[in-house]
Amino acid sequence: MQFRLEKRQEPSKLLQVLTPIGAVLVTMVLGGIIFTLLGYDGLGAVREIFLSPLLNAYKWQDLAVKAAPLIIIAVGLSIAYRANVWNIGAEGQYIVGAIAGTGVGILTNDMTGWWIMPLMMLAGVAGGAAYAAVPALLRVRFRVNEILTTLMLTYASVYLLNYLLAGPFKSPTSMGQPQTVMFSADQSLPYIIPGTIVQLNALLAVIVALVAWLVFSRFVFGFQVRVVGAAPHAARYGGFSADRTVWLAMLISGGLAGFAGILEAMGPVGRLILQFPAGYGFTAIIVAFLGRLHPLGAVLAGLMVAITFVGGEMAQITIQLPFAAVGIFQAMMLFLLLASDILVRYRVRSVRRAEIAT
Amino acid sequence: MTQFNRRTMLKIGGAAAALPLLGSRAFAQEKLKVGFVLIGMPDDNGWNYGHDRGRQEMLAAIGEDKVETTVVTNVPEGPDAERVFRELAQQGHKLIYGTSFGYGDYIHKVAKQFPDVKFEWATGNATAPNVSIYNAKFHEGRAVIGTVAGLMTKTNKLAYVGSIPIPEVRMGANAFAIAARKVNPNVTVKVVYIDSWFDPAKEAEQARALIDQGVDIIAQHTDGPVIPQIAEERGIVGVFGQGADMSAFAPNTQLTAIIDRWGPHYTKSVQSVLDGTWVESSVWDGLASGEVEIGPYNAKVPADVVAKAEEVKAAIIAGTLHPFAGPIKDNTGTERVAAGDVIDDGEFWGVDWYAEGIEA
Amino acid sequence: MSSDIVIAILMTMAGAATPILLAALGELVVEKSGVLNLGVEGMMLVGAVITVAVTLTTGNHLLAVACAAAAAALAALIFGVLTLTLSANQVATGLALTILGTGFSALFGRPYTGKSVPTVGSPFPAELATDPVWRLLFGHSVFVYLALIMVVAVWWFLQRTRSGLILRAVGENDLSAHSMGYSVIGVRYAAVAFGGAMAGIAGACFPLALTPQWVERLTTGKGWIALALVVFAAWRPFRLAAGAYFFGLMMIFEVYAKSSSSFRVLPSEFWAALPYLATVVVLVLISLRREGSSSAPACLGKPFIAAG
Repeated sequence: MQFRLEKRQEPSKLLQVLTPIGAVLVTMVLGGIIFTLLGYDGLGAVREIFLSPLLNAYKWQDLAVKAAPLIIIAVGLSIAYRANVWNIGAEGQYIVGAIAGTGVGILTNDMTGWWIMPLMMLAGVAGGAAYAAVPALLRVRFRVNEILTTLMLTYASVYLLNYLLAGPFKSPTSMGQPQTVMFSADQSLPYIIPGTIVQLNALLAVIVALVAWLVFSRFVFGFQVRVVGAAPHAARYGGFSADRTVWLAMLISGGLAGFAGILEAMGPVGRLILQFPAGYGFTAIIVAFLGRLHPLGAVLAGLMVAITFVGGEMAQITIQLPFAAVGIFQAMMLFLLLASDILVRYRVRSVRRAEIAT
Repeated sequence: MTQFNRRTMLKIGGAAAALPLLGSRAFAQEKLKVGFVLIGMPDDNGWNYGHDRGRQEMLAAIGEDKVETTVVTNVPEGPDAERVFRELAQQGHKLIYGTSFGYGDYIHKVAKQFPDVKFEWATGNATAPNVSIYNAKFHEGRAVIGTVAGLMTKTNKLAYVGSIPIPEVRMGANAFAIAARKVNPNVTVKVVYIDSWFDPAKEAEQARALIDQGVDIIAQHTDGPVIPQIAEERGIVGVFGQGADMSAFAPNTQLTAIIDRWGPHYTKSVQSVLDGTWVESSVWDGLASGEVEIGPYNAKVPADVVAKAEEVKAAIIAGTLHPFAGPIKDNTGTERVAAGDVIDDGEFWGVDWYAEGIEA
Repeated sequence: MSSDIVIAILMTMAGAATPILLAALGELVVEKSGVLNLGVEGMMLVGAVITVAVTLTTGNHLLAVACAAAAAALAALIFGVLTLTLSANQVATGLALTILGTGFSALFGRPYTGKSVPTVGSPFPAELATDPVWRLLFGHSVFVYLALIMVVAVWWFLQRTRSGLILRAVGENDLSAHSMGYSVIGVRYAAVAFGGAMAGIAGACFPLALTPQWVERLTTGKGWIALALVVFAAWRPFRLAAGAYFFGLMMIFEVYAKSSSSFRVLPSEFWAALPYLATVVVLVLISLRREGSSSAPACLGKPFIAAG
């Protein structure tokens, strides 16, 4: 007996939802075994990393804080990846978005008014989109691979941040430390749940996902992205421009990354600092795939990944598990999900040798 | 029984607000839980190692029957730190040390939510009723190693590899250069930054480039031992341990080391929490109180150089020598500090120039 | 600038270029077979940490490098199973491999952190390298020579051997290679494993020749540069070597720019960002010269599933 892959007519909807859940469950089992074999408290690791953040109600606020930027970036990346545009430099767009928004913030630091916050957010989106426009232009105009350019520009953006904080952006009252001024009350995201640290960005993350989902499933652009991504040649006959799709995919994913960046600066961080780049742009890539490149999936996946981060920190404190373990668990989740992908697109059928022969 | 109660409290979720109200007296029999938040790993042989050694000294001095510690490593400066501080406070730690400047915003945020928990912020610049700051005058040590470097260099080219251009690092370089030129007016000091506190690859590349340009003694203001390793590999005249004795990495090349001794401070402040006498304070001590120590001198340092260095050290301890005593010119020739004047502790943080002889 | 400094710069340049070149050579073969493995950085970290562990335990450098190559090849095979057997998305799987390698190396390297690793020197007798000019020929670490030998070896393999021809055929037209009876998947597995082994050796360079200790993320993103170099070199081994040395020069440039007052016209952050910006510019220039007809292997990144 032998197995054969048979392409499904339509990717299985049920399995598309079930496989991420399965990947998480298998990661928990497999990860527990592996860490036990490595000489750690495997059961404790799984308990702390995957369950503690959910079982302790006071940790939920941390999940919201950690998940918000991941969700916003991952929604944008989901759209780009569906269009086969491989923007892996969301981290750089996140940084430049925060820089642009903070620039507005520094200029308006001693002003008051309701308009300041939206203006900073707008600048953040514009900054992220502008930084993503460079690889978009290079891909459309010169056919330069965007995987490499987005990544190279991410490295460059870190140095831009360093430069600005050491000079033009440096707060006059920071005693020489490379950081900007603290954002004023009119520049800081309001807390939306009293008594917690949950700020407006958590709500905005859900709104971004919902809007993206509506646009994606209802309107022409969503269709265009999907068609061009899945079959560029067919798309050309259908009258869709592949170049326009690249532009839109890059600008949307870059703009959302920039949005996440300025929200993070106006929210949990409170100003721009040297350590602002925290890797959200890279982690969001896992989130996008774990969420099946679907805006609503990104919300769930963002929460899932946030759980592992928050849980990983708890595990470090309670059972002295090295934080690096979190990366291993995250990679396992992604590997298992990708491995199960084949089940979504193909049917595994057992066939007899005789059948093959005929 | 109390143990059970507290765990139940934690699970109820309202714990964040309720827990601090219980106070420490309710658990008088329990050990004091002390948290340490580190930016890197204790085995970096530098900054984090120094703090972890201080923690161990504190444990030994006070006794593990009275105090237990939790160390959280690799905590980035940012909102992640806020979560770690809150987590430690919620888990019942009554005294929490944050050992990096960038933790400040988050320490102050969390401290407001936990008025019952004491926080101490290393290298910080703002206190609160339950937040103290503590730091060490490392620049006093740099005046000593600057003296050694000035006397021992053959090429008269020294270098100071800094992390990021903040006043503390700049003033370290200034103290080093001023002391070196006092004993050898011909030396120049190249100051370069690696734009990070810990980037061994950059440090190694930078050290090699400096050596290739004729620098024969390197002082560093970064966290790890890679520069001593490269110096040893290339066999230059000397290098100095930073934060800890790094002679294991450069047995022939480390001339001496500036050693961070946080143990005495940690012991004192933990004891004050145990006694209930902890108060908001700002500690900035140096060689005199033992927070900064000069390590053993390498056998190859001549006796007269050791004597001169020890003389500088003794004078700083006695208060007869100030590392920033005028006249001091900056590297453009402008006089910054008049004869008879000094840069005092308040002015220290505002200095944005380099002393004469520095190429930066 | 004295000749000593020029020689010093050239020496350092070779050192900086070597790990990138080794990793890029491996990736070149992988991509020639039609597979895009973005996990180079992760595999390099696996190689680096294994090198440190084996060197500190046994003191045997050769064994350490062999183990590094084997471990990174093993990591590459995880990628192979997913992308080749299960035809998962290559971009996502490669990224996952980097995350895994980063996490694994950080965890595995903990006991070895902050310990001095004995480095490897030149394979030639020291007397040959006393004079500065001779040092330029004989004074490098053994990895520098290994990388250059591998450039020729990879070129020879791809252009002059039958196996190389099959590998290229698999990358250019997997369906016809399959119909001619070659095992597309088998060839790609071999290429992926080779790429992993080379990345592992590249990782070994760091503790043994550049930064003699283990710290987390020791390879500091050089794996990504290696990926960019393959495109930069239009999938040609000799151009790859030139590119790696050019990039090495860029990196050394930054270091010298920081310690020399003549570069003060622009902030040091600009010089630090220059290697990355230069890579982007060069990628554009390369694509301009190619005028549309891409030299990328035709099947790059596309999964192969045998029909029927």
